[in-house]
Amino acid sequence: MDDLYREVIIEHYKNPGYRGRLDPYDIRFADNNPLCGDHIEITLRTDESGTITDARFDGHGCAISQASADLLVESIIGKSIEEVKHLNKEYILDMLGIDLGPVRLKCALLSLKVLKAGVYGLGEASDSLVE
Amino acid sequence: MCTCLLIDILTMLNINEIRNDFPIFQREVKPGVPLVYLDSTATSQKPLAVIEAMNDFYRRSNANIHRGVHTLAEEATELYEQSRVRIARFINASAAHQIIYTRNTTESINLVAYSWGRAHLKAGDLVILTEMEHHSNLVPWHILQAERGIELEFIPVTDDGLLDLEAYKTLLARSPKLVSFAHMSNVLGTINPAAEIIRLAHAAGAVTVVDAAQSVPHFKVDVQALEADFLAFSAHKMCGPTGIGVLYGKTALLESMPPFLGGGDMIKEVKLRSFRPNSLPYKFEAGTPAIAEAVGFGAAVDYLTSVGMDAIAAHEHEITEYALERLEEVPGVRVFGPSAQHKGGVTAFTLDGVHPHDVAQILDRDGVAVRAGHHCAQPLHEKFGIPASSRASFYLYNTKAEIDLLVNGIYKVKEMFG
Ligand SMILES: Cc1ncc(COP(=O)(O)O)c(C=O)c1O
Repeated sequence: MDDLYREVIIEHYKNPGYRGRLDPYDIRFADNNPLCGDHIEITLRTDESGTITDARFDGHGCAISQASADLLVESIIGKSIEEVKHLNKEYILDMLGIDLGPVRLKCALLSLKVLKAGVYGLGEASDSLVE
Repeated sequence: MCTCLLIDILTMLNINEIRNDFPIFQREVKPGVPLVYLDSTATSQKPLAVIEAMNDFYRRSNANIHRGVHTLAEEATELYEQSRVRIARFINASAAHQIIYTRNTTESINLVAYSWGRAHLKAGDLVILTEMEHHSNLVPWHILQAERGIELEFIPVTDDGLLDLEAYKTLLARSPKLVSFAHMSNVLGTINPAAEIIRLAHAAGAVTVVDAAQSVPHFKVDVQALEADFLAFSAHKMCGPTGIGVLYGKTALLESMPPFLGGGDMIKEVKLRSFRPNSLPYKFEAGTPAIAEAVGFGAAVDYLTSVGMDAIAAHEHEITEYALERLEEVPGVRVFGPSAQHKGGVTAFTLDGVHPHDVAQILDRDGVAVRAGHHCAQPLHEKFGIPASSRASFYLYNTKAEIDLLVNGIYKVKEMFG
């Protein structure tokens, strides 16, 4: 009955498959959505060829931010770091299968922002990373 | 929603009539879904009288104020100044020149920090704030702390959302220069004992700032009875327009302060290399102000006065009591803040297992507008160990039927996430 709260979103929010923290890890980054205090941390392991061999997310926030983090982390295992650098907004929206207004878009894109800041080795996760 | 019996028996506010004063309640949020506006703490809705006053100003009287001699300039100046007089009366200030127009509460507090703070505070001086402050009464002092090396201490908030006055008394022994606090919390709803806080501060030799953003709109505030040194509030939270607020100050304090912003209107005389500041209140009103908004502000104060602040406060109290009762019956809901006795019309709550954003989003489908987030009070949320909360807040136009819709909506959220 509700587009925004499709079954898959509620399911990934309530039972995330990739929640946690890798230790040791090769790449780690964390950031907040300052508007609502959503928090996402992503840890990655990579092999010599730059392929992501494992990934986890941790944090707290709304169903949209946490479900998109779980879906994103699940989807990047097996991808190369170079591929991850080219992921964009549409990639997330396709996975979620919903349309979002500007406020909730920030929630949905937080995990991608954090992931890209991590793989680029940046000090800060800026919005321009996911435009 | 049932509109048959909306006369509040206790306070005799005719809620139907009041709702008719606000054009926005005629709209539907989506086709067939009426607006249930429970976000007046963020900004209130505007009655027709305010909208019309601003419209009339632009249609009939628009001109820049002060320096002009033509008819419109005189009319505009007169309207602008009449509003100041009405606002002064509304908070029982003894003189209109004690009402400084600013953009909002935030700018009013910044004015005190920049002007009074820079003139009077030096390294090591103590400023007392509280743990329940809005960011607008934290960050200006953080800035001064970085610039001047002042010290900040905070009156603790107890688990039931009240200020710990014993701890405050202990802090006062350290001879603070300033005590700045929210009259009413925008999250907990706590109405703080302002007169007592000020009396104790004065006894310790401190100047006081009252953040009255949530008090002046909701109950009678008398600056002389409080003996407040400074008091700040915003028009947009009290049926008026955005873009205008007030800093009230005691005359001697305001006179002793250097100007805040420099430019037109705030001067008596300008030479190439110097200026002489204007007298009060103009010294603090640089540049062309929000003139139409001042006119709207005056109309808002008239509107609230005509309804009656005591009736508004009594109505909100009744709605709040009912909201607390209904919310607390919902399993998994945790309401923050004190009991209705110490509380204005604000209920911040969490629902187990569901993020406040999701609560707000799902309520919105039924037209119920609540806010989700940290409500510009991040340290307070940290204190209670939560990243965010949902907040329903009430004003003169809200009804018990709307509280029922809120609670029904929360049950729907539980079902979806169940
Ligand atoms: C207690 C309190 N102080 C200050 C403010 C800031 O008001 P404004 O944004 O109008 O400057 C608010 C507004 O939410 C408030 O609730």
